[in-house]
Amino acid sequence: MLSLDRKLLRDLWRLKTQVIAIAMVMAAGVATLVLAVGAYRSLDETRETYYERYRFADIFATATRAPEWLADEIAKIPGVAAVETRIVETAILDIEGFSVPATAALVSMPEIGDQVLNRIYLRQGRTPDPAHSDEIVVNEAFAKAHGFGPGDTFHAIIDGRKRKLVIVGIALSPEYIYALGPWDLMPDDSRFAIGWLSRKAIEAAYDLDGAFSQVSVKLMRGASLDDVIERVDVLLARYGGRGAYGRKDQQSHAFLDAELKQLEAMARILPPIFLFVAAFLINMILSRLVALEREQIGLMKALGYRSLTIGMHYMKFVAAIALVGVVIGGIAGTWLGFGLTRLYGDFYHFPFLVFLWGADIYGIAVFITVGAAALGGARAVWSVVRLPPAVAMHAPAPPRYRRFLTNGWLRHISQTNIMIARHILRWPVRAGLTVFGISLSVAVLLASLFSFDSIEFMIDFTYFQADRQDATLEFTQERPVGVISDVERLPGVLAAEPVRTVAVKVRYGHVERRVPVIGKPAGTDLSRVLDTDFRPVTLPETGFAPSDALAEILGVRVGDIVEIETLQGRKRIVEMPVTAIIQGYLGLLSFMDIEAVNRLMREGPMVTGVHLAIDEAEADALFAEVKDMPMVGSIALQKKSLEKFRQTLAENISVMISVYAGLAMVIAFGVVYNSARIQLSERGRELASLRVLGFTRGEVSWILLGELAVLTLASLPLGWAIGYGVAWVTVQGLQSELYRVPLVIDRQTYAVSSLVVLGAAAISALIVRRRIDRLDLIEVLKTRE
Amino acid sequence: MAEPVFSVDDLTKVYRTGEVEVHALRGVDLDIREGEFLVLLGPSGSGKSTLLNILGGLDHATAGSVTFRGTELTTFDERALTLYRRENVGFVFQFYNLVPSLTARENVALVTEIAVNPMRPEEALEMVGLSDRLDHFPAQLSGGEQQRVAIARAIAKRPEVLFCDEPTGALDSKTGVRVLEALVAVNADLGTTTAVITHNVAIGDIAHRVVHFADGKVARIDVNETRRPASEITW
Repeated sequence: MLSLDRKLLRDLWRLKTQVIAIAMVMAAGVATLVLAVGAYRSLDETRETYYERYRFADIFATATRAPEWLADEIAKIPGVAAVETRIVETAILDIEGFSVPATAALVSMPEIGDQVLNRIYLRQGRTPDPAHSDEIVVNEAFAKAHGFGPGDTFHAIIDGRKRKLVIVGIALSPEYIYALGPWDLMPDDSRFAIGWLSRKAIEAAYDLDGAFSQVSVKLMRGASLDDVIERVDVLLARYGGRGAYGRKDQQSHAFLDAELKQLEAMARILPPIFLFVAAFLINMILSRLVALEREQIGLMKALGYRSLTIGMHYMKFVAAIALVGVVIGGIAGTWLGFGLTRLYGDFYHFPFLVFLWGADIYGIAVFITVGAAALGGARAVWSVVRLPPAVAMHAPAPPRYRRFLTNGWLRHISQTNIMIARHILRWPVRAGLTVFGISLSVAVLLASLFSFDSIEFMIDFTYFQADRQDATLEFTQERPVGVISDVERLPGVLAAEPVRTVAVKVRYGHVERRVPVIGKPAGTDLSRVLDTDFRPVTLPETGFAPSDALAEILGVRVGDIVEIETLQGRKRIVEMPVTAIIQGYLGLLSFMDIEAVNRLMREGPMVTGVHLAIDEAEADALFAEVKDMPMVGSIALQKKSLEKFRQTLAENISVMISVYAGLAMVIAFGVVYNSARIQLSERGRELASLRVLGFTRGEVSWILLGELAVLTLASLPLGWAIGYGVAWVTVQGLQSELYRVPLVIDRQTYAVSSLVVLGAAAISALIVRRRIDRLDLIEVLKTRE
Repeated sequence: MAEPVFSVDDLTKVYRTGEVEVHALRGVDLDIREGEFLVLLGPSGSGKSTLLNILGGLDHATAGSVTFRGTELTTFDERALTLYRRENVGFVFQFYNLVPSLTARENVALVTEIAVNPMRPEEALEMVGLSDRLDHFPAQLSGGEQQRVAIARAIAKRPEVLFCDEPTGALDSKTGVRVLEALVAVNADLGTTTAVITHNVAIGDIAHRVVHFADGKVARIDVNETRRPASEITW
């Protein structure tokens, strides 16, 4: 082994704690990169393969009742590769031993041959036999939640009649990877099912012979999505078409996509943060090493070593740190990434998982890590290469300090604090980078933990401010308003509020959107309409109130006149003023007074559903009645949804907090510990002198740790600002027509983020404090630095 | 002469580095009297620095006793030694050991801030002839000036004793003399008991007594009947 390499190994060993602290920051960068990119690619590929193999459609459209021959017309639209018509309806389920009513989406399967699009993956059993209308295939998650297997039975209220269904198969579908029940925020597998029945069985049950209620379209490569959607809309318009939409607005796809986007964002945001910090730390440690070894460098040059050889020696030091980081990070990232992919795979019920963990991920990781490390070390190494040997053999010029305040001011500050201030100001770039480095750890925490605040805010808004009902019944079709008094008489019903929802097309200028208009009576107490300042709104007798997201898309403000076209019943086009903008986080919605909806439809007082307040004690009795009510198409249990949501959240929150807290602490520790060690190396002599002069250990420690305390405290507001910025960008990336995430960061989250970082800083300070306590007082007096 | 400030009795110090035992002090006996200007002479490794470190509360003895005004120093723990240094001892080092980020005045103030009955920093700097360099940083001062700042810093708290370890070691003869003048003046004006370590024999002439060290022991003590003024010394 060359002498220089032996020196390298000894240097690494001597500086091991610092080296490991930096390598850990790098490892965190590599791990997050490998994990996020690997998991993203694997899941993306899994999804693509799943979609491809099971022919997930590109366009979906629903109608009230469209004639089957329309399928041929749709197939003739240029760019359409395949068309499949289906009947999709919702039904209430009655499951033995499960008092809560569940809801199912019933999907028809072709009588002859395989499904053309949105094919199911049969886990167990077989598809329904058209000859037996009671045979059903259910989704695996639902079957698992109830312990169902082929041969088991349950009841469903199908178009008013209670029917016993026999499970013949258990399946998965690319269409319902993320299966959300009505009003649910999180899949609840026990209360929401997908059931595939033979087309013949559903046709008969819903009286839809020779007709369909849903059509799926697969496009040819290169076909225009928007063109086809427009043409499908035209064709379906007369049959109660509710507007075709592409994958991006398909619920399951959109939610899955949002999740993948978050992984992608993680791959883009986190690794650069860690690598930047690592580069900065390498710059710090190497600059100090070179400063300490100045005379040795001069000596080696005097002995005839080439500048390049000595430069390479220090570059190897950098490369060694990077290597440790890459190895630890690569292993951790792979292990966590596989785990995460499996976790996602289970959660989303993929039939298979494609692990796409190519060598290129590691190649990229090595490349950018070594690159960042080399960049961090470049300045110090360059100074080594440039240093003329004669200059190197002399001690460097002493640092020049500046007086920054007049003496009058300084009289109130102790000399030790002046030392702190002057030292910071003497190396403003280093101090600035230290502050920035620590602030990034605050930002990492803030930018990840804020999501819980945003979610809490949405929960509070949705369940405690706006939709305060315990349950919502939706009828299979419009009912006269008198049905409300029937519902009120049901056991356990404390209050009932009618609602009428109709599909309309709203237009302003060139922009139009198909949206539901939700009609509510004035002064509702359960399901309230709130404006963007979260104040309850009384909808005027006439006028249209879009949700904020819809208003933004249309570009309307209060007072603008919009055009509304009915999409059900008799077609009418009316103009209406926008009277309020409504706060909403889910979907594109609009609201009107229920009377105004009735007038718009030119119909008497009708309702499509009812919001209920329930007496928990009588809930079972109520559920039992509801399961037997033929007119009820679906039931949403908001409070049950919330329970499920909170449960899922609670399962994730502690894991997420500890992961991100760990990552943040790696940064904070790396920065503070290295800063402290380098300062101690630079100022050990000064501090020891003060100890000799009679300063206590505490007083001497304060000079060094006080500076770090100042820098750490200064980093907090910067970290809050950066974290807020990252959170803002994250939230913008998540906005879609399906849902919007409000940017809410509680004070508590600022506090937690700050405390975690302060804690990590304190731990590193304590470790260094032990070294300050052990300063050799005698040695320092004998030596010149 | 007055009462001894320090009484050193059979003081022994053994350093252990691995297998090797180094006997730095082998039974030293010495009294240092109030207001005395003492020079400790001897070659490197003769034990003079070790003695000064123990007297100054920087190091512990292996055996023997040291009393400071009747109090046994060898029983002091770390905290008590820090307090002892803080209240009673002034140090001047070969390499000045000033804080580079503080001006001359501030370097002195650093000590007066934690002292019980200090003089003003300006006063201390005037005593060493640096009234016109108050606001200079160490980097802007010559070696001799830096050492005089260090003396001002050491005396500003009005210490009982002043220990100087090779205070002129890094200086040329001319500047060295100015530093010695300052030390003699402080000793005369404030009556601060002063002990100066050196291996420069010439400096012995300015002392009341010269303690010769050899091989970890006091070889002999010379008393100067007439002291020479520092200005007459050259080397």
